[in-house]
Amino acid sequence: MEQLERVLETRELNVSMGPQHPATHGVLRLVLDIDGETVVKVTPYVGYLHRGIEKLGESLSYFQALPLTDRMDYVSSMTNNIGYVNAVERLFGIEAPERARFIRTMVGEMARIANHLLWLATHALDIGAMTVFLYCFREREWILELFEKICGARLTVTYPRIGGVRNDVSQEFLDSLYKFTEEFPTRIPEYETLIDKNRIWLKRTVGIGVISAEEAVNWGLTGPTLRGSGVPYDVRKYMPYDAYDKVEFDVPIGTEGDTYDRYRCRMMEFRQSNNIIRQCIEKLPPGPVMADAPKFTLQPKDKMFPITHPTKKHAFYIDEKVCKGCGMCARACPAKAIFGEKKKPHKINQELCLSCANCYVTCKFKALKIVPGGKGLSEEKLRELAAAPLPEEIKNAAGHLVEHFTFVKRGPRAPEGELYVATEVPKGELGFYFVSDGSGKPYRMRIRAPSFIHAGVLPRLCVGHLVADVIANIGTIDLVLGECDR
Amino acid sequence: MAVIEVRLSLLPKGLEAKEIAEKIKENFPDQVIDVAEFRDQVSVIVKKDQITRICKYLHDDPLLSLDHLQDLTAVDYSGKKDVRFEVVYNLYSIEYRHKIRIRAQVPEPNPKINSVVPIWAGANWHERECFDMFGIVFTGHPDLRRILMPEDWEGHPLRKDYPLKGPEKEWSGYAQVVELARKLKEFEWEG
Amino acid sequence: MLIDTSATTLVTLDDGTKILPPNLIITSLDKIVNWSRLSSIWPTTFGLACCAIEMMAAGAAHYDFDRFGIIFRGSPRQSDCMIVAGTVTKKMAPVVRRVYDQIPEPRYVVAMGSCACTGGVFRTYSTVQGCDTFLPVDVYVPGCPPRPETLMEGMMLLQEKIRKERARWSPWR
Repeated sequence: MEQLERVLETRELNVSMGPQHPATHGVLRLVLDIDGETVVKVTPYVGYLHRGIEKLGESLSYFQALPLTDRMDYVSSMTNNIGYVNAVERLFGIEAPERARFIRTMVGEMARIANHLLWLATHALDIGAMTVFLYCFREREWILELFEKICGARLTVTYPRIGGVRNDVSQEFLDSLYKFTEEFPTRIPEYETLIDKNRIWLKRTVGIGVISAEEAVNWGLTGPTLRGSGVPYDVRKYMPYDAYDKVEFDVPIGTEGDTYDRYRCRMMEFRQSNNIIRQCIEKLPPGPVMADAPKFTLQPKDKMFPITHPTKKHAFYIDEKVCKGCGMCARACPAKAIFGEKKKPHKINQELCLSCANCYVTCKFKALKIVPGGKGLSEEKLRELAAAPLPEEIKNAAGHLVEHFTFVKRGPRAPEGELYVATEVPKGELGFYFVSDGSGKPYRMRIRAPSFIHAGVLPRLCVGHLVADVIANIGTIDLVLGECDR
Repeated sequence: MAVIEVRLSLLPKGLEAKEIAEKIKENFPDQVIDVAEFRDQVSVIVKKDQITRICKYLHDDPLLSLDHLQDLTAVDYSGKKDVRFEVVYNLYSIEYRHKIRIRAQVPEPNPKINSVVPIWAGANWHERECFDMFGIVFTGHPDLRRILMPEDWEGHPLRKDYPLKGPEKEWSGYAQVVELARKLKEFEWEG
Repeated sequence: MLIDTSATTLVTLDDGTKILPPNLIITSLDKIVNWSRLSSIWPTTFGLACCAIEMMAAGAAHYDFDRFGIIFRGSPRQSDCMIVAGTVTKKMAPVVRRVYDQIPEPRYVVAMGSCACTGGVFRTYSTVQGCDTFLPVDVYVPGCPPRPETLMEGMMLLQEKIRKERARWSPWR
């Protein structure tokens, strides 16, 4: 008998879950110490998707770093862009025009719906409801198609820009979006009938991962993960940005702080977001979509129109007397039409020339001359025409072109200072902390990613529950590893 | 489950950031070095020695109640300022809707500062990240390990003297994989 | 005349010509093996970053990968293709290689997205500049992220590649 007891001793088992695991929403790794079926200890390992966005952002200008934010939280890249541009606008001290702010609010809420749909799809799939996955992707594709209509991209949109949005929305887009908002509320009950009162769903979610309000605040949780515990903290209400102070919406909060309440919170947010989109379409004011701040934003291309337009048939000619033969124009030429020896005047092969004006903006010595309507003329004729003064219209356009070029190359100069700006992304509070030293690049770009903090709370949520509930807990905090690891 | 409507006008106004800065100055006169303001955001620059006491005061004082640690990070000012590192705490009060930023100066050789994990549990991973990225040691932290980079990674990537494209010497783990792939190449099927 | 459909040997017609029995075809072994391989590519569910979302979209109702016989499989040991969907970091590289090593022969690798192909925008200390530095890649799918249609095109290119293979039997089995 004594011997038998020794043989049948129980001990804790150490299980490594991930990084390649279908239910970890990416490349999260959890090391679980389990006693039978009960989880004793959870150690999350993150960083498998650490791409160095913060360091990379410090080496790029404010414009160039914008596409990086798409790749952080790739499920709702639109809201990440909005967070970034809001922070940078605040840093520059500019403000987007009214119409652009409404458009941003609108697309931001679309991204919120798309995000919650993907969350519901994967969360339900992890717990075992396959049908919800297919239903959710149906509506998500619809939103992605609408995104495609306004900016051409499905996932990594980069549609909001510093000082406004990339382009205005068309009436056709607004009509199809309105149709979506009419249709979508009828789809929400479809998901709800599948899982809302489903006994398996209730068994897997009610009373799982309970966290009290005080504790949730102490852990730094935000977004629906916090609101499920009954704290109505929503950055859209507390620190309104864009047009959130001009639309009406409610903040759904839970009472118990368990997985089911957080699920209900997000389901309610579907309806609120849908309402906000509707209000934005109805209230959308007319006007420009880009701030008028020549120091910080790109100017409309119309100003350079007389030069850059291909039908204008300009020719370019290098003045032999001025050209120092530095070769910069030859390097800038996309058609390789400029040739010549070093330190000797260069020449343009007019047949290859595309009239792109790259050489014109690159030349430091102003050796390049524009010959309006000179395409196809002989060399002698061009030399003759180049000596003549330019018409006023072309002169102005040429000035704008050079300005534009240097602006894009150097980037906008931010004033010296530091600031932290928070926005509400579907996961929670996304904060950007910038330290600027007055140059064209941020001295320090810090991203406060909600997923990072939410992943930190996993040990607190999982301990004491069963192994199967770990999956439910990963799902309920809505983790995206791209944002977590940055 | 309830849907509640948060009206901005009904929410308490809270204190101005400058008033909070004044309060910190009053309570810790020998700790505050400077107060900076930019775009209505106030940051209080303090010495690192009493940081836990300052944070505890900010968290526990019933009039301040800065219970939400928005962000904890560090900045490397090498060559720009006399003190190389600054640990930055962005604090917010959900109850009163006011905020303040604390910047604690951490000088260069053996950068060290006390941990605030006992006050805000959420600071745990932030501090680990700071240790990983800047090499700042948080004394009293329950589990100070690298978090984003592998355990045996050399150097602290977000320091200004760390090259963006990584150091010359490849990380051993990745070098091993490339070596393994080279070895196993002869077993691959080729058309 | 009526041809006996259950015949197993050559059937003689009225005029004396001999034909194959109706339920028999002649083909090369390569062709039939390749055909069966390409019609049921099972990739492992292995999402790394943004591209994984588009991979999921490709597998979901709208684009429906199942009609190509492409079914995502949870375990690498039961699959024969790996879609490297997203940025491969140095910390992740050993894991990616291990997943690949677990896949039984014949196995194929599709590098999905700019990051997996070349490193993309992330020229940093922690990112692998293209997963072909440690994996033999069969198909590169460009895009950031590629649309599901693009991934589909990539998978069809892989099918074409499999179709053209000759005598792929690993000598180290």
